[in-house]
Amino acid sequence: MGEIRIEGVWKYFNKGKVAALKDISLTVEDREFMVLLGPSGCGKTTLLRCIAGLEYPERGRIFIGGRDVTDAPPRSRGIAMVFQSYAVFPHLNVFENIAFGLRMQKRPNEEVTRRVNQAAGLMRIEKFLERYPAQLSGGQRQRVAVARGLVMEPQVLLMDEPLSNLDALLRLQARAELKRLLQEVETTTVYVTHDQIEALSMGDRIAVMEIGEIVQVDVPKEVYENPATLFVGGFIGTPPMNFMRGTVKSVNGASAITIGDQVIHAALPAHFQTGQDLLMGIRAENIEASTQSSPDAVPARVLVVEPLGSHLLLTAQVGDTPIKVQTRIDFPVVPDQTIYLKLESNQVRWFDAETGVRFESGEKMSVV
Amino acid sequence: MTSDARVSALSPPATNQSFARRFESALPYILLLPSAIFLLIFFAWPMVQALILSVRTPDGVWTTQYLERMVRDVNFTDALRNTFLIILIAVPLQFVFAIAMGLLIQAKLKASGLFLYFWTIPLAVSDLAAGLVWLAIFSDRGFLNSVLRTTGIMPIAFSWLSFENYGTLLMAVVIAELWRATSIVMVIVVAGLQLIPNDYLEAAEVFGASRWQKIWNVMLPMIRPSLQVALILRTILAFQVFAVVIALAGRSMPVLASEAYNRYGELNSNGAAAYALVILIFSLLTTGLYLRALRTSEEEMGR
Repeated sequence: MGEIRIEGVWKYFNKGKVAALKDISLTVEDREFMVLLGPSGCGKTTLLRCIAGLEYPERGRIFIGGRDVTDAPPRSRGIAMVFQSYAVFPHLNVFENIAFGLRMQKRPNEEVTRRVNQAAGLMRIEKFLERYPAQLSGGQRQRVAVARGLVMEPQVLLMDEPLSNLDALLRLQARAELKRLLQEVETTTVYVTHDQIEALSMGDRIAVMEIGEIVQVDVPKEVYENPATLFVGGFIGTPPMNFMRGTVKSVNGASAITIGDQVIHAALPAHFQTGQDLLMGIRAENIEASTQSSPDAVPARVLVVEPLGSHLLLTAQVGDTPIKVQTRIDFPVVPDQTIYLKLESNQVRWFDAETGVRFESGEKMSVV
Repeated sequence: MTSDARVSALSPPATNQSFARRFESALPYILLLPSAIFLLIFFAWPMVQALILSVRTPDGVWTTQYLERMVRDVNFTDALRNTFLIILIAVPLQFVFAIAMGLLIQAKLKASGLFLYFWTIPLAVSDLAAGLVWLAIFSDRGFLNSVLRTTGIMPIAFSWLSFENYGTLLMAVVIAELWRATSIVMVIVVAGLQLIPNDYLEAAEVFGASRWQKIWNVMLPMIRPSLQVALILRTILAFQVFAVVIALAGRSMPVLASEAYNRYGELNSNGAAAYALVILIFSLLTTGLYLRALRTSEEEMGR
């Protein structure tokens, strides 16, 4: 019903000089919450605007609910949109703002009243219906913008960074509320954000974008644990994934990786060749720090100790690569101390040093 | 002793500080003073004097004789009627044209920038020159008659500007006024339209507004403050309509401002002041009316 299918979409700006979208293909299932995630300038908003009909792609097709809408104007696409600036009309009160779309369709008054009240109830803004936008807070305006979209009962709801104009505390609250709401209404949703935490916490799936291309589409857990490229691993997670450059070696007939002058024994896939450069990726919480040396631990020098309330975040140097390590809050450590790091072997990811693409873990790649 | 010494040591900087603070809060007024004095001497005072002229004899006696004489004058009702007719026909048409032109420019058609330049040319033409341009068109041997004659539509020249043909005379004046004064309204409309953030227009499109619905429900309400300013400006200036009428109609079509001018020419400055008073009163009344009718509610102000 509300499925979105994007097939080979190209979009150029500056008279064809800049490609904002390069051969984008993406399918958003009916009732799915898809997050478009990426840094500014990656094309995520452009893609959303192409779905909305506010931009028209130079190549490729866009289908909504099985219908080809590539050349259709926004109003005949069965969509509603929440703008980053909210774009709540200042000359209309809250009721008329929410009713705007229904008024344009010339729906009878009683239907308008019923549906507006229902949408306002859902967003908990029934009390403000008579007010004008200038009398509302940012959070309330954001709710009006969402209610204006929901009231249309659209096939597809498009949201362009709807939380980015709220202050940090309110954003946290609004995030949970929006998630609850969208689970309730079960509308296909495309949600654009540059905030990876928003993406991880809200999305059914995340499409990570980088300079006009989609690099990975997957459920949040997969995107977090198995980033498709160096870029994804470095963009998602706080702190981002650690990367260490190493070379495949053969030590005493067993395969190993050397990182600087550190030798890490690892059971590597057979197709890795001796002398090949690799990047080893591991997240801060998958490294176990200890003050005691042990044969399977890598020594590291502590550079910075950051207590973050629930845990410590250490910056430590392995060889000459600084990496982030997460430990218990009471871990006894001071800067310049040498600690010993044990890497959780099944959480280590290997990336091609040239292309930054992750090697599929078809075979066991343990660190010994 | 010691405490006294301390006080005296501290007090000079304290007064300095309070002086600095007082100076700072007075600074805006000090900066406004020169222009305020200028306005008082060259605008407010002459205006008050002119108004006093209409109700006081040269000997200093307060009187209504000038006003009574004005009302009894044969031309007074005509002048009043003509002025109002021109305003009632020209001002609404100016707005219709200005909004249409503004929307056309805003539609970003090819060469819409060029339109803007062409349409603002009349802004640079003086009232009298504008009147003379249209005189060259509408006079008995003007362009209009020669075009009509050579194309055979009207073999005999028609006196468009004769006082016997009141309808065509009024039409000519209205057309000249439209040509001359629509562009200022258009400039204000275009400025207002350009201030509308694109998000609002896109939101209107997404939520199903057709082109007309977008104009009617979003663009026009959002430029209401600009329209209000333009309406007040245009109506006040239309009450003073003068040079265009003089150029096209001479004395065949008296208006309030031309009557004031004629009284002055007859060395009757009191009579001229009486007309000026009438223009002032009507200007104030209509401005008040517009401000009330087009009031932007408090709620909408803080956008």
